[in-house]
Amino acid sequence: MITKEEVQHIAALARLSITKKEEGKFRQDLSAILDYVEKLKKVDVSETKETSRSISIKNIMRADEVSKFEKKLIDGHLKVKSILR
Amino acid sequence: MILTELTISQAHQGLKKKEFSATELCRAYFNNIESTNKEIFAFLALREDRALSEAKKADDLIACAQDFPILTGIPIAVKDNILVEGTKCTAASKMLENYVAPYDATVVKKLKKQGAVILGKTNLDEFAMGSSTENSWFGPTRNPNDLTRVPGGSSGGSAASVAGKMALAALGSDTGGSIRLPASFCGVVGLKPTYGAVSRFGLMAFASSLDQIGPITKTVEDAKIVFEAIKGKDKMDSTSVESQFPINNFQFSIKDLRIGVPKEYFVKGIDPEVEKIIGAAIKKYGEVGAEIIEVSLPHTEYALPAYYIINPSEASANLARYDGIRYGYSEVQNPKSKIQNLLDVYMETRGKGFGAEVRRRIMLGTYALSSGYYEAYYKRAQKVRTKVIEDFNNAFKKVDLIFTPTSPVLPFKIGEKIDDPLAMYLVDVYTVSINLAGLPALSVPCSGAGKLPVGLQIIGKPFEENKIFEAGKICEY
Repeated sequence: MITKEEVQHIAALARLSITKKEEGKFRQDLSAILDYVEKLKKVDVSETKETSRSISIKNIMRADEVSKFEKKLIDGHLKVKSILR
Repeated sequence: MILTELTISQAHQGLKKKEFSATELCRAYFNNIESTNKEIFAFLALREDRALSEAKKADDLIACAQDFPILTGIPIAVKDNILVEGTKCTAASKMLENYVAPYDATVVKKLKKQGAVILGKTNLDEFAMGSSTENSWFGPTRNPNDLTRVPGGSSGGSAASVAGKMALAALGSDTGGSIRLPASFCGVVGLKPTYGAVSRFGLMAFASSLDQIGPITKTVEDAKIVFEAIKGKDKMDSTSVESQFPINNFQFSIKDLRIGVPKEYFVKGIDPEVEKIIGAAIKKYGEVGAEIIEVSLPHTEYALPAYYIINPSEASANLARYDGIRYGYSEVQNPKSKIQNLLDVYMETRGKGFGAEVRRRIMLGTYALSSGYYEAYYKRAQKVRTKVIEDFNNAFKKVDLIFTPTSPVLPFKIGEKIDDPLAMYLVDVYTVSINLAGLPALSVPCSGAGKLPVGLQIIGKPFEENKIFEAGKICEY
């Protein structure tokens, strides 16, 4: 079973606040799911390559063009919405 | 004539012969919505005024044109994770409760171009994460066949809108079964197209190597009509491709059809009634001339665990954008909030804005991608994904299509599985491998089933939706 500390560590990485009350439920749920996926260890993948997409596609690039920015600059800076009071 | 009983081509003929107007058709659906949506809760938002003006526009076109596109004046519902310009798009999340779509998704643009009427936005599991539509922040959708049961998920609102005669057709999205499962549970037709067949521009990203948009309709023919309208390469989605296979006028003969039945799909865990009904449906195909061949997909039992690593991993990355700054809900706007710094904004916004299942998946994905676990979980799951694809490639050397049940179980009771995430995940056991392999698959209701519908899943080779449609029609007779 994963520990309380692990739950809090993952939550911090994921930028999610978790209450003390939720810790237990997360421990229980995540442990059950991780136990279930343990099954994957039974598959011999020593000779197998990973698949990240089911169709083979290459990067498609648009032309690299400079486009003009419409908004006015204030003292050489762009004005954007405030994000913190 | 009851207008809401018609299929798309029947409605099209009626409009053409001026038996009724697009406005009348649109009103007929809004009448049903008014009487039924309260108990089913298929729709999160209705756009009645705009829909009626779109219907009026369709009528103007019909009045002066000899010929008009088949979707002109056809009332369609759209899942609420697909953008419709100027209409709220919530993903059934508190996070996006007040988010208004700034543009049309490519699929919506294509429907509008044909003159379709967009009725409203349908309920879903929050950010499409779930198999029952119970994970919606706004409340669960109910199954029109039995109000005590779930409609399946995550496109439960779309399937229930079609089954409940509140829309003639609907769009859903399918990451691990989210179109096919609700289609099966509600007794309607649902198609998950080949990965890349339909543009995803304007679909809220969930697990990008798996997501596809597709139709939910009354009949296979209708699914084909909507699929034809939305498919194709789009310069706004670099993962979209143009199909090389013809949809119409290709040779199809049931006598030449080889149907594969994977033995690993009929093992313990399947409801005996589902097994019986699907067995009978497959037998019927044999009787009309198809060759039924047992095939093996040996990595079937590993597809679900691989999926539940890959899916949350991609989701945890995609949902990083909901940070309280760029979109939607923000703790900055909460006057009672105790936030001190930017990190608090992220943590508190995401902690409060996301529901239980979304947070569970973000946690799981973050864990699988974190240092020290990446190789053991994510990388291994991607290798198992290769094995699952190889299984299908081998099977398709011997057969043209593969038939399985869409779901191992009948529609379950509301509340039955909601507290047990693993039990909920197991409902997807027959659908996820198709997304891992990027294949097209259709769920079509089996005739002769009891009160609760059972869906037959027809899986094809990449971009061979045409064959799936022709075979699916036989199930409807």
